[in-house]
Amino acid sequence: MTAAAPEPKENMGQPVSRYDAVVKVTGRATYASDMPLDNPAYAFLVTSAIAKGRIDRFGLDDARGVRGVIEIVTYENAPKLKDSKLFSDGGYAGTTIQPLKSAEISHDGEIIAVVVAESYEAAREAANRVKVSYTATAPSATFDSPGTTAAAAKGQNAQFKEDAKVGDFAKAFDAAEVKLTAAYDTPTQHHNPMELFTTSCAWMGDNLVIYEGSQYVYGLKNGVAEQLGIDADKVRVVNPYVGGGFGSRGSMTPRTAIIAAIARRLNRPIKLVPTRDQGFTITTYRAETRHEIKLGASRDGKLVALRHEGAEISSRADAYCVGGTKTTTRLYACANVDSLVSIVRADRNTPGFMRSPPEVPYLFALESAMDELAVKLNIDPVELRRINDTTNEPIGGKPYTSRALMACFDEAAKAFGWAQRSPQPRSMSDGDWLIGHGCAATCYPTQMAPSAARVRLQRDGRTRVEIAGHEIGTGAYTVIAQTAAERLGVPLEKVAVFMGDSDLPPAPVAGGSNSTASTCSAVMMVCDQIRQRLFKAVMPGQSLTDRAKETVGLGQTPATQAAKSDRPLDLEKAFDALGVGVVEEYGEWKPEGAPLDSFRAMHSGHPRLVGGHQMKDQIAYAFGAEFVEVRVNRFTHEIRCPRLVGAFAAGRIVNPRTARSQLMGGLIWGMSSALLEATEIDERNARYVNDNLADYLLPVNADVSGVEVIMLSEQDDRINPAGVKGLGELANVGTNAAICNAIHHATGQRIRKLPVRLENIEV
Amino acid sequence: MRPFSYQRATDPTAAVQALGAAAAANTPLTKATAQPLAGGTTLIDLMKLDVMRPAGIVDINPLAQGWSAIELKGDGLRLGALAKMADVAAHAEIERHYPVIANSLKLAASAQLRNMATLGGNVMQRTRCSYFRDVTYENCNKRNPGSGCAAMDGVNRMHAVLGVSDQCIATYPGDFAQALIALDAMVEITGRSGTRNMPFAELHKAPGSTPDIETTLQPGELISAFSVSGRWPRSVYLKARDRQSYEFALSSAAVALDAQDGTVREARIALGGVATVPWRAREAEALLKGQKFDDGLAQRVADAAFAEARGRRHNSFKIALGKRVVARALQQAVTMEI
Repeated sequence: MTAAAPEPKENMGQPVSRYDAVVKVTGRATYASDMPLDNPAYAFLVTSAIAKGRIDRFGLDDARGVRGVIEIVTYENAPKLKDSKLFSDGGYAGTTIQPLKSAEISHDGEIIAVVVAESYEAAREAANRVKVSYTATAPSATFDSPGTTAAAAKGQNAQFKEDAKVGDFAKAFDAAEVKLTAAYDTPTQHHNPMELFTTSCAWMGDNLVIYEGSQYVYGLKNGVAEQLGIDADKVRVVNPYVGGGFGSRGSMTPRTAIIAAIARRLNRPIKLVPTRDQGFTITTYRAETRHEIKLGASRDGKLVALRHEGAEISSRADAYCVGGTKTTTRLYACANVDSLVSIVRADRNTPGFMRSPPEVPYLFALESAMDELAVKLNIDPVELRRINDTTNEPIGGKPYTSRALMACFDEAAKAFGWAQRSPQPRSMSDGDWLIGHGCAATCYPTQMAPSAARVRLQRDGRTRVEIAGHEIGTGAYTVIAQTAAERLGVPLEKVAVFMGDSDLPPAPVAGGSNSTASTCSAVMMVCDQIRQRLFKAVMPGQSLTDRAKETVGLGQTPATQAAKSDRPLDLEKAFDALGVGVVEEYGEWKPEGAPLDSFRAMHSGHPRLVGGHQMKDQIAYAFGAEFVEVRVNRFTHEIRCPRLVGAFAAGRIVNPRTARSQLMGGLIWGMSSALLEATEIDERNARYVNDNLADYLLPVNADVSGVEVIMLSEQDDRINPAGVKGLGELANVGTNAAICNAIHHATGQRIRKLPVRLENIEV
Repeated sequence: MRPFSYQRATDPTAAVQALGAAAAANTPLTKATAQPLAGGTTLIDLMKLDVMRPAGIVDINPLAQGWSAIELKGDGLRLGALAKMADVAAHAEIERHYPVIANSLKLAASAQLRNMATLGGNVMQRTRCSYFRDVTYENCNKRNPGSGCAAMDGVNRMHAVLGVSDQCIATYPGDFAQALIALDAMVEITGRSGTRNMPFAELHKAPGSTPDIETTLQPGELISAFSVSGRWPRSVYLKARDRQSYEFALSSAAVALDAQDGTVREARIALGGVATVPWRAREAEALLKGQKFDDGLAQRVADAAFAEARGRRHNSFKIALGKRVVARALQQAVTMEI
């Protein structure tokens, strides 16, 4: 065991190496744009240089003169496509702004032409030679820009049903012994996954194959079919590996149906590889948000009143919002809670999911405010959380299925050396550097969605698992292989997993940290169907009871075997008794509380995610605590974060190696979010300015020197059969606040706007 | 990117002839139809962005054999223009006698870029102004003379506060050039009529009313070497930036001192990240000459260095930051053990 492959604790699987490790490090993993196509044409996008207005005319002569140009598609000659509704309104789209439909421009960098040529180079050159005349009108860029409109999220976003409230906030706040009111801002951010937003489309007769990095192949398949007006069975989406998603590939973007339709028109496969800067405008992003928090507390630190008001930017067309008050109003015990989420419409593309969409901005506000309150009360920030810890969420009074928040604080505090901190701000330094220590809570809802799976077992133990899940770098292949091996009692190396293909049984969107919980629960169920068939073959007179389901293994003794006296089933004997060479089972699993239409919706590309605060009689979250050290240079005011320590409890950890990697990546991204990442907007024209990886800052190796991940053992039998809470989006939630809290400790200065730049420091 | 012809120059004469042959009169070097290719880290980038559209590329890497030597002879230093940044940064004698040069190179770019990029190309690196690099903006006086400046009232956090004009506020992005200008380096230029030497300080041109003319180099001329006289062991390069590596300076200072027991005999100060060209703060230097160094003096020197600075909406912080960087760099130089 090493730091990268931690020793499993109770209720953790083995830290086996990644299923896809060798193909990835040797470059043999085929991503969407690596897929060979027969005589493809190459597409290059032209995107708008204005955010609002209309196209007067195109000058295409110069572009058409480039050797190898096949066609230039604009709104004047674009294939007609049907609209798709926003995913939250029952559709598939991440935006309802459909490019190439008219001369109107709705946001910066909208697709206005597609140049198709015999080579990528010719397409790119011709795209550079396309001339566009616009009539631009003044756009509204962001908060405070003239012309934006604000309205409550409730009533315009179907998924945001209620502003959480309980008790009488106004009265309680008014009477509170200690009060805090503070405003917080978070910036626009872009995902920038390594794999660009490529799309390849190839038709064979009436059948379309799409190669595109997607976090939801069933959603994309059904969405493109809808836009093209064809049967979804004729569309197949293939992406065995996805080069990072972070939410950017969860919903359909307009580019896919456009490329598919052009490929159909030209009767030729088309490959589109957009540039990095185009990725900033042809997909979604994390919109900027604003918050006001009001906390009222007693002198001894008990919260008596909490109000969280959040405002989020969205497009004119769509009422996207993340509404993180659903979490921040339920995290701590408090009898009087109020909240309000509003959406501010600007001339922007529609925002969308980005890793922990609601929790990142909203917990930054709450966990910063909790630290401010701790300072005000002169109570240790860890102790303030302990004083307000709760077993039941305050809005509906429902119990948490399990909640290890304070255990995480204690473990992380110990590893970090929190007790050695001198609590006074500006009291610690090292040469030119002021040192600050800070902490914050982190949490993420436990979510599950219906999933199907097919499992085939051969007499020699070889196993094939088929599920249209997604390997976005999280370790999905690995944990599914481990689950099947364990459940069937076959050696791990005999299990082959097939994913990333919409011809396979449907799995939910790889979003909301639900994948492991959902796909592993489905695979477990289908493995049990196989075990049942084999069991019946060798013991036809007996029925497989629930207990026997758990205790009868195959080949090897499964780890979960409870009664050692139950002998494992002899696989070969069972196959001989059945008289077959292969046993194959298909099954559809759905979590408790999933709606009645779950399975139908699953096939038509609608994930019915349940969990979090929406469960009937309980509420399920994963928790953690994060501690950071920041250093602020007295002279340059540069801010560095040499140490990040996080402790997390997230139910069963299927693979401590891949889980650690997720949590470590989350901590690093959290640091990036606090100190580096922001998409700059030119307020005059509502255009993004730093749309490249040199100017959109991400941490480099030199910025990341110490990251420690601690995983607590936690067993939760009330969430799903796999016992998994999901942790892909857990670790990057608390870091923003932890870092600002540490900066306060280092400098005495409270910073409420992200990212923190050196010019914001006044030492 | 647009199609271009590619030619490998096997000797300096061939190179300058190939570059000069296509040159039209009065064409700024940056718009010359033939461009030299060394490490390619700026040129290829700008060609992909459609900012530079040369018809031909003259690959001068074959000249490296003669043009990449690192020579310390007598009490001077000569650096071939095709020496790689990484090789010069790691050279033990340069680290010892010219820490400001070694560190300005070590703190620049990333390891991968330093392995590719040459010294000559590095000093010719063009600005990172977002509006200059985005051809969908018509208004860039550097790209389209007379069209205006989108950065002036746009997002200008990274832009310059010194050497600016009402035409252009684009920052000179490099680090190494500050070390050169601080040390009164000479630059050797090879052209069709042979080689000439001039002070490095005369290479770059502040934008004034012609931001499209960035240097005094003419089409058909190549930088072949840099030279520095004297040893400057008491020298530092201090760079403040948003992240710890692979990031341009928000403010940097190259400082070289001749000092004994806290008294400064001679001082050189150059500023990076804050000016439109490699920036020598001569008036500030003069305050140090012959003076006993203390923190109050450092502060006055820093104030003098930024006396002419003009901030815009997002970059005014660079003035206060730049002063602290200068003061700290001076303190480090005075107290460094040599």
